[in-house]
Amino acid sequence: MKKISVTVNGTTHQSEIEPRLLLVHYLRDVLGLTGTHVGCETSLCGACTVMVDGQAVKSCTVLAAQADGSTVTTIEGLAAGGTLHPVQQAFWEHHGLQCGYCTPGMIMATAQILQRNPDPSEEEIRHGIEGNLCRCTGYQHIVQAVQCAAKKMKSQPAPANS
Amino acid sequence: MAEKVVGKGIKRTEDPRLIQGLAHYVDDIKLPDTLHAVFVRSIYAHARIKKVDVAAAQKTPGVVAVYTGNDISQKIGPVPCGAAIPDMKQPDHRVLATDKVYWVGHPIAVVFAENKYIARDAADKIEVDYEELPVVLDEEKAADPKSPVIHEKIGSNIAYKLTAGEGDIEAALKAADKIVRQKIYHKRLAPIAMEGRGVLARYYPGEQELTLWTSTQIPHLARTQISLMLGFPENKLRLIAPEVGGGFGSKLNVYAEEAIMAYASMQLGRPVKWIEGRRENMQGTIHGRGQVGYIEIGCKKDGTITGFRYNVFADMGSYFQLLTPAIPTLTGLMLSGCYKIPAIQMNVTACFTNKMSTDAYRGAGRPEATYVIERAMDLVAAELGMDVVEVRRKNFPEPFGAENPFKVATGLFYDSGNYQGALDKALKMVDYTKLREEQKKARAAGRLIGVGVSTYVEICAMGPSPALPAGGWESATVRIEPTCKVTILTGASPHGQGQETSFSQIAADELGVTVNDCTVIHGDTAVVQYGIGTFGSRATAVGGTAVYLALQKLKVKATGMAAHMLGVDAKTVTFDDGKFTSGGKSVTIQEVALNAHLAKNLPADMEPGLSATTFFEPKNFTFPFGTHICVVEIDPETGEIQIQRYIAVDDCGKVINPLLVHGQIHGGIVQSLGQALFEEVVYDEQGQLISGSLMDYAVPKAAQVPWMELDRTETPSPVNPMGVKGVGEAGSIGATPAIVAAVVDALAHLGVRHLDMPIKPEHVWNILKKNKAGAA
Repeated sequence: MKKISVTVNGTTHQSEIEPRLLLVHYLRDVLGLTGTHVGCETSLCGACTVMVDGQAVKSCTVLAAQADGSTVTTIEGLAAGGTLHPVQQAFWEHHGLQCGYCTPGMIMATAQILQRNPDPSEEEIRHGIEGNLCRCTGYQHIVQAVQCAAKKMKSQPAPANS
Repeated sequence: MAEKVVGKGIKRTEDPRLIQGLAHYVDDIKLPDTLHAVFVRSIYAHARIKKVDVAAAQKTPGVVAVYTGNDISQKIGPVPCGAAIPDMKQPDHRVLATDKVYWVGHPIAVVFAENKYIARDAADKIEVDYEELPVVLDEEKAADPKSPVIHEKIGSNIAYKLTAGEGDIEAALKAADKIVRQKIYHKRLAPIAMEGRGVLARYYPGEQELTLWTSTQIPHLARTQISLMLGFPENKLRLIAPEVGGGFGSKLNVYAEEAIMAYASMQLGRPVKWIEGRRENMQGTIHGRGQVGYIEIGCKKDGTITGFRYNVFADMGSYFQLLTPAIPTLTGLMLSGCYKIPAIQMNVTACFTNKMSTDAYRGAGRPEATYVIERAMDLVAAELGMDVVEVRRKNFPEPFGAENPFKVATGLFYDSGNYQGALDKALKMVDYTKLREEQKKARAAGRLIGVGVSTYVEICAMGPSPALPAGGWESATVRIEPTCKVTILTGASPHGQGQETSFSQIAADELGVTVNDCTVIHGDTAVVQYGIGTFGSRATAVGGTAVYLALQKLKVKATGMAAHMLGVDAKTVTFDDGKFTSGGKSVTIQEVALNAHLAKNLPADMEPGLSATTFFEPKNFTFPFGTHICVVEIDPETGEIQIQRYIAVDDCGKVINPLLVHGQIHGGIVQSLGQALFEEVVYDEQGQLISGSLMDYAVPKAAQVPWMELDRTETPSPVNPMGVKGVGEAGSIGATPAIVAAVVDALAHLGVRHLDMPIKPEHVWNILKKNKAGAA
């Protein structure tokens, strides 16, 4: 067993875990943050995307032990004090989701894209979310949501935890 | 005056929980003391099981139980098939394999342990001795009597043979000036809902209550079937579809794993949970399509179609799941497409193979029909040197509706349609004449531009009960609570389609309340009256109609109460914008709702309360239709296919929420794109599933999807009062032929008339290479 200390959505947790425990399972099963989803076993689908120390990562391919001492943000931590993050708001306005299963990972990936590139072209958006599969939407409303979020974030500063 | 919300693209009421990661899919529901289940599945496609050694697994600390086929196969009823085809041979489908395995992924044993890591460790220790048997993989070869037989008790691999269609096909083909023939493959596809299957079962022995949370599209139907499989009273089995992460037909089913978890929770006295992994999903969740067919289409020199025959071998897989044998019959129903075809015949030979079962996957038999008739029309056009649009127009019926439904030679009466209208709109959007001129110029300059046109019609809003195994009606209960909040209980089971919003829109307009005043409850068999579920593009057309009709019942009752409160005759009362008015006096629906429950001032002959239940039986299917146009350019060096433009004009009758409609069409088109260019379930010659992960099975990614330009026509359906046709599958039916046609068209000047799906760049490159070599 290994002792880790991880700060998730602003709260620091001390846990004792098996070395092979995946970060996504740590978040879901140990901390009870079930917003991050598992959609595959080959790191393809992106449903498990979270931020670790400001970088979007696929938490199914990160060991919880690797997050020792790190700061993690999950979908549950994106809305600041009850106010939706502009990316969440944009996905809502543009019907960028249907079943919602890929959505947390898609939103986290989008937040990263816009952090790095505040004014992405359609092509840049589509390449930016290549690591996130969606079977419901056909991606078009997602692209529109990302474009809308970019506009929103340019006119208002994004919350500190994104 | 409040604005009407039906017809508006308002934001969904579902979304707040989904965008914050606060929803509850099956794996998000945590019960104390839950055991986790991991299955051991066959690694051979066809083999005898000599021995299953579970001793090491059983001894693993943290393992509570291990079941094999010998333990439970006779204790649980067979996995059900709801479809009955005359003279069909149905194998006995037990929940776990006993003496033989029939496909890679066939479950053999299941381990229950304290957590999923221990369960997986223990499952890896289970040793199975197999004796390999020859495999049957090709649905056409399976029918050959020389082929090895999969189900010994049946003695043949032929599940059934069926002939369907009307008219004298032989005479029709004889009367043709030309007959065009083509072999067509519909490769197997994997539905790949982003959430795989999952089951959580809990039994309370004191109350004798069994609760099953399962990622399903058909909560009530599944409850009935699982209660029968277990011999457990249906009215003490509560089945809940929680948040469901996509289905596309793959969860319109009853799976062995659901019954096994229910059984285990009762035996082991603890909740049990099974969550499917992706590889498991690709092996053990139903596949779609799987047909190899031969088309024969007869035409006159002027392009008039005289007759159409489709001889097809349908790949059942090794066992039937819920609707497996029925899917090809849906193909037969839609072989006429948008055209007047005097004689149609389909001859199906349905065969068992050593693969996972096929069943309903978005479109369920109708993409196959639309694909073959649209390819056939293009082949006729090529044969006659006609434009693909002109040959279609030549065979369209005049616009039709309730007074003059369009009867086709598959036996159906289409409800309403205006195929010319959708076609003209699409041609205008793409500026078709100019496009063909540009194509000519581009071709002369050595560029490979192709234009594909698909005019489709499809059958949905499943459907009149005589045609559906478990009934095709849908239910709704609408309650107006004392505080005038509205509760809608629907038998539909949405998993992304947005009916929590669209049904609230309907109720808001009918009752003069707001969308936020309404809540839609679905998926819980203890709360919602019996319903049929969500599939076959039926939730709004059938389920929404039930809601609408229940609302009308409520309005009648509420009007009677209001009249009494106003002291007037009910006939003098008008209801508008939430107010009942007569002779200058009015009461609000809020006042009526409170009065209905306090019951201080009700007519003597009227019951208190404001609740209405409707079971709506549709008299016909509905027939959405449209035109899709795809423009591609092929890279002459690599064979890569780029979609330059994609236009879709779809008619789904009346639209409740255009945002939701667009979302369904986008999603369907992209699944068609997957079928046309990327996706294929591949078993190798030993029956190994080599496309068994998302690394190998190419679900379209965002960067591979073109911008889709959508428009619509609106031809109301006479089948239901709102005029809704349904739209969930249209994109996955209408788009595939347009995309394939475009690629074929880009290579038409090289003599290419047809290409098999998925059309890979390598295949196109080989054609280009051969052509260059020929020319050199």
